[in-house]
Amino acid sequence: MTDLLEPRAMGQDLVRRDGELKVRGTATYAYETPVEHPAYAHPVQATIARGRVTAMDTAAAEALDGVLAVLTPFDAERLASTEDAEYAVLQGPDVGFRGQLIGVVVAETSELARQAADAVVVSYDQQPHDAELSADRPDLYAPDQVNAGHETDTAEGDVAAAMAAAEVTLERTYSTAMYHNNPLEPHATTALWEPAGDGFLTLWDSTQGVHPDRAAVCQVFGLDQEQVRVVCPYVGGGFGSKGLPHANVMLAALAARALPGRPVKLALTRQQMFSLAGYRTPTIQRMQLAADHRGRLSAIAIDVVEQTSKVKEFAEQTGVPTRMMYASPSRRSTHRLAALDVPIPSWMRAPGECPGMFGPEVAMDELAEELGIDPIELRVRNEPDVDPETGKPWSSRNLVRCLREGAERFGWSGPRAHRDGDWLVGTGVASSVYPTMRQATSTANVRYEGGRYVAEIGAADLGTGAWTILPQITADALGVDVADVDVRIGDTRYPVASVAGGSSGTNTWGSALVVAAREFRTKFGADPRDGDEASGDVDQAGQDDTHSPYAFGAQFVEARVNADTGEIRVPRLLGVFGVGRVINPRTARSQLIGGMTMGLSMALHENSAWDPAVGQVANHDLAEYHITVNADVGAIEAHWIDEHDPYVNAMGSKGIGEIGIVGTAAAVVNAVHAATGVRVRHLPVTLDKLLTALP
Amino acid sequence: MDAEITLRVDGEAHRLTVDTRTSLLDALRERLGNTSPKKGCDHGQCGACTVLLDGDRTLTCLALAVAHDGAEITTADGLAPAGELHPVQQAFLDSDAFQCGYCTPGQVCSAVGVLAEFERGWPSHVTEDLTGRPEMTHDEVAERMSGNLCRCAAYVNITPAVQQAGGAR
Repeated sequence: MTDLLEPRAMGQDLVRRDGELKVRGTATYAYETPVEHPAYAHPVQATIARGRVTAMDTAAAEALDGVLAVLTPFDAERLASTEDAEYAVLQGPDVGFRGQLIGVVVAETSELARQAADAVVVSYDQQPHDAELSADRPDLYAPDQVNAGHETDTAEGDVAAAMAAAEVTLERTYSTAMYHNNPLEPHATTALWEPAGDGFLTLWDSTQGVHPDRAAVCQVFGLDQEQVRVVCPYVGGGFGSKGLPHANVMLAALAARALPGRPVKLALTRQQMFSLAGYRTPTIQRMQLAADHRGRLSAIAIDVVEQTSKVKEFAEQTGVPTRMMYASPSRRSTHRLAALDVPIPSWMRAPGECPGMFGPEVAMDELAEELGIDPIELRVRNEPDVDPETGKPWSSRNLVRCLREGAERFGWSGPRAHRDGDWLVGTGVASSVYPTMRQATSTANVRYEGGRYVAEIGAADLGTGAWTILPQITADALGVDVADVDVRIGDTRYPVASVAGGSSGTNTWGSALVVAAREFRTKFGADPRDGDEASGDVDQAGQDDTHSPYAFGAQFVEARVNADTGEIRVPRLLGVFGVGRVINPRTARSQLIGGMTMGLSMALHENSAWDPAVGQVANHDLAEYHITVNADVGAIEAHWIDEHDPYVNAMGSKGIGEIGIVGTAAAVVNAVHAATGVRVRHLPVTLDKLLTALP
Repeated sequence: MDAEITLRVDGEAHRLTVDTRTSLLDALRERLGNTSPKKGCDHGQCGACTVLLDGDRTLTCLALAVAHDGAEITTADGLAPAGELHPVQQAFLDSDAFQCGYCTPGQVCSAVGVLAEFERGWPSHVTEDLTGRPEMTHDEVAERMSGNLCRCAAYVNITPAVQQAGGAR
């Protein structure tokens, strides 16, 4: 048990502290850093999916007036570490995927840099590539572990025996598409090497964590931490793609090293982001459920097939939520990968849980239909008393409350389908889940300065609200008015902080701030002097290992399908979540509705159309990679239950950045099925999948 | 090839040299250092670069600077004097109509343009009665704001913000 803070500032509906800058457009993002006399870099990308660069003719590019540098794999400096193959930019002639970085041009203007990059003539020794995922490939392999250190396979009991003996069984295959994070701010860096001494590098980089970013750059360039500063006060969205640096950051630093003393700006184009900034792997999920006639599960199993890049392995932990979501004596989960000549997949909002709650939550709806049981009731009947995977009691598990309260608010009772003129109307439900995580490393300073309290921590605000809520936490930990607290984040000059990822930012940084604030009060009492300062580490905060901490939720969807055209509309989306204590209801609601809307987008719109013949995403821009727009959304409501969890951290918070996208797509599919009778098991739900079955 | 042009930006005249290939967006951001309009796609697909060009909402990434010599441009930063906010900006703050803020200046400029279009009685794709004045309904506003993508997906807060600002005028 941790000592929960008394909420005074926490829980207040405070307007964003960075709001005025953002509505004026004066918050400075990485590319926008005002620097003296910048130069502009533009990458050269491979136009084959596999092979070797045999020559690069840079003469025409270098002949252009105003071109300052052209770097290729044949002349770029050797990096200190090439251990991470993604970061080993321009270190060799091999091409592992189409779009890989093979050069960079630096010039006086961005127009010129782009023209010069186009003027570089590249010769290749092209090899046949292999870029098509399927579940029956003979070369699928089991990775050593999957993302976040989870086991690749788990098994308990005997799924096959349970399937053979069960009154009702369900075996289905589901798939999710390839998705690209596509934050509105393209990945961008302004890089500056000081010419004097051993070199000092400043990166104004768009990142979800200045400290992890710096650590990666230091390793690649063989620098000490003291030689690198990373600054990022504002991030134009990331959704995981800026959680780890990608190759563009190393290319920007490499390009700037060619021009010491000159700041160099490099922003990926939207098109380049589709091969260089990570993406969510497509997944193929084979589900098995076994149950008795009352719906009690005797087996649940998920076998996942997905892809990774031959250049670098990333294994999405899609099977993980099935391990703990419902009670069942027999359970199995497996992950198999195809290593292909494709760009490198990475984190995208709720890796694992987001795709991994699609198959299972549609399968539960299918089982409910088969049994003639209400899908909420089916979930209630399979509610586990303890975490089935670890055997530990839950820190708090309020899935049933979320389902019940959601049903009440949404108006779930009664028939799930009706016809309204030309429109077939249906409702659907699915569960959400996300683990409550806290990272091992983060330090905060609290200082009394000019009559105000100042907290410093190298954290990040991607729009999540950290600028606003970290002062709320600090104020309560100090026992002062939130108006008397300033928090400084987004710079490696402030103490080390973990990545804004895994919905762990508030839990981690907040814990460090609470330790620092309490230390400050212990040392200096209620009447500090100017300059008094204390620091605190997250590892000094109490940690409960005896409970299983998760956030849960329930999402409800009304879908309308036009009986003639198959057009799909979602006029209502409603979620109820158990996410611990909400620090700021305004920013929390925005995160939850944002996640739910991105889930709606996944259900109906998003699909990176992969062309295996050339090895690239065919629809690699925002005109053709559709994301939900304003006119696509109707009423979207996010609610939360009053949840008191004394086991997670001093704030009682669970993290809210990701749970909103978990389960949404399944709820949409289930609603469309109720409306039309068509079960779409392969995302996205598009009208061509409905038309032939409409009345 | 370079050309010399004059742009009046947020009330201030600037004489500048641009490459004839320079977009209005890059002229603002890279030549004049006005980074209020954002680059999200550079292809007219996301709306982040929206400004008011001679009063109308315009995608600056699809406009060549050299073709707009003498233009009057208002960015989100120029909508109100320092320390004050335009009613649309205030409504965005009140409704928490943004998260990361990168699409926001474009959304704000687009909203100001939308309100002017209502004022002029311009219909949209969802206007039922093309002979009357369109009402500032949810669907009308959502339709007109759909050229501005928001990946944080603040849409359900953006639409009421625009309606609030429209009602407040």
